[in-house]
Amino acid sequence: MNESHHDDHWLARPATIKLLWRVFAAVLVLLVLAQAVIYVKGYFGVDGWFGFAAAYGFLSCLAMVLFAKALGYVLKRDEDYYDDGNSDA
Amino acid sequence: MLELIPPAIFMIVAALLIGPARGHLRSAIVLAAPLITLWFVWQVPNGIAYDLPFLDYRIQPLEGSEVRRLFATIFALMAFVGGLYSFRQARAYELAAGYAYAAGAIGVSFAGDLVSLFVYWEFMALFSTVVVWCGGTPEARRAGIRYAIMHLLGGVILMVGIEGVAVDTGSIDIRPMLNNSVGTWMMLIGILINAAAPPVSAWLADAYPTSSPTGSVFLSAFTTKTAILTLILLYPGEPVLVGIGLFMVMYGIIYALLENDIRRILAYSIVNQVGFMVCAVGIGTQMALNGAAAHAFAHIIYKALLFMSAGVVIYRTGFNRCTDVGGLFRTMPLTAICGIVGALAISGFPLTSGFTTKTMISQAAADESLVTVYMLLAAASAGVFLHAGIKFPWFVFFQRDSGLRPKDAPWNMAAAMVIFSVLCVLIGVAPELLYRFLPYPVEYDAYTPGKVLFYLQLLMFSGLAFFLLLPLMKRTETISLDFDWLWRVALFRVASGTFAVAAAVGGAVTAAAGSVLARLRVVATRYLGTSGDDTRPGVLARTWPIGVTALWIALLLTAYVVIYYF
Repeated sequence: MNESHHDDHWLARPATIKLLWRVFAAVLVLLVLAQAVIYVKGYFGVDGWFGFAAAYGFLSCLAMVLFAKALGYVLKRDEDYYDDGNSDA
Repeated sequence: MLELIPPAIFMIVAALLIGPARGHLRSAIVLAAPLITLWFVWQVPNGIAYDLPFLDYRIQPLEGSEVRRLFATIFALMAFVGGLYSFRQARAYELAAGYAYAAGAIGVSFAGDLVSLFVYWEFMALFSTVVVWCGGTPEARRAGIRYAIMHLLGGVILMVGIEGVAVDTGSIDIRPMLNNSVGTWMMLIGILINAAAPPVSAWLADAYPTSSPTGSVFLSAFTTKTAILTLILLYPGEPVLVGIGLFMVMYGIIYALLENDIRRILAYSIVNQVGFMVCAVGIGTQMALNGAAAHAFAHIIYKALLFMSAGVVIYRTGFNRCTDVGGLFRTMPLTAICGIVGALAISGFPLTSGFTTKTMISQAAADESLVTVYMLLAAASAGVFLHAGIKFPWFVFFQRDSGLRPKDAPWNMAAAMVIFSVLCVLIGVAPELLYRFLPYPVEYDAYTPGKVLFYLQLLMFSGLAFFLLLPLMKRTETISLDFDWLWRVALFRVASGTFAVAAAVGGAVTAAAGSVLARLRVVATRYLGTSGDDTRPGVLARTWPIGVTALWIALLLTAYVVIYYF
């Protein structure tokens, strides 16, 4: 591969990535603000709160990633674990 | 007359003909058979078509209903697109096995009694094992054997359950069951094994990723979804399914997050998605069962699409792991776009099929005021976006530049991916197309502004979580222990331990028996031995003079007389 860094694909350029982050941030803010205009029906009270889905989505992902990470310390093994005479294979 | 032909027959005939046929004839058979099957699927009338005597029972190999036809339709469609995807790349015997496997799934869809269901069920188990073996590697061979053992075990449990139900009720009809006897429980367990329910979920992620890139497309579609159909037919509203489904949903997410193998990520997310459906069957309302059926239909499409996209990457690069690939969007734009469409659909993004079907299940939970179920399903929807929706395309097509510049998909693989991508979007944009074929009338509007906003917030913020937490999700070249550790390692150790103990005990017994025998031999030689170079014959083997014998007899008789008198 003899492409140098600055003539890489336009999607991989740092400037593009920076722009994508800005657009992403703007979309996130707009999505929360939109709830001021659009009524979100809450079936159980809390889920109708302002920005509930945003916070819930973020926090549940955080919890799942951290849980998986912690579980990984216990469960992760080398890729050839099952070939090391630990099992029939 | 035509409506009395079981549609599965055409797939079986095709499977038999694929081997001997060559060249264009083979291609024609592969592409035409599923379409002919599809036409016949739509000729099957509602209700039992006919029944045949079998032992003391009447069996009904062909029974139609809305939900059965819906599943058979997607199975036939899947066989067509799967065939299109693989007919130029896969070996003939893999295609034949895949078509026989699809025939089993279509057969289960129309089975009118438990015996026919069981026959097609085992048919699927056999030929799906062959598809796993077509992976051709030593891992595929071993994983295939484990896969076969698991499914044959599930089949035995199902058979025992069917016999129990037949004895208890005297009927082998397929109808909703009250889960109140050993027989019904055994049947439920047998079906749940095929649905990859805990604690045996690991068979799926163990076997599917070892198959060939084309084989895993077939494997992703049939086994778990026939289990869902069977649950809808036999156990709607069974409460235990709600808990099992929620466990599967979370299990799939957590394990997919830990995984490095591309197709194993997708395999875990099958368990996750099937968990949504199992949970919906457990809720059991009309809305929930509609949701389960619709979600199964949509799921087969986007999951196969994801496996196709991963399959093209593996076919072109030879790499299976996230740590080996990355940055492939440069030279594989079509595969990347189709993969992203599949990833958005599985995440339930608005305008994709996942949104219009999965939200029905959440709606059913809300309607029944199941707050925990609803909240966990919402968290899981966010988690799906995390583990499959972004993780899969990000690590495969973006991430870093791996330096790989593979060609994009061959034309037939590309065509198959485009067909399913279009269907993902079509069912997302115009859900009525699917809703009108659901088992119950649909009074559900997925696109209320509030619902769209709720899910957009949920998904976009889980996307934010993904990119912020990327350092925590760095791929490692590891595997994760799963429940299959119990039978691959623990059971193996127990077995080898048992053999070692048995060998030790056996050795000790042999040694003890040997020394007893040696001692007996010494005694026998002493008293009975007749010859020996340096010894006299044993005491009982000598020749005694008559005088001595007469003396002993006289003494014995005297002793006898004396004892007699006293």
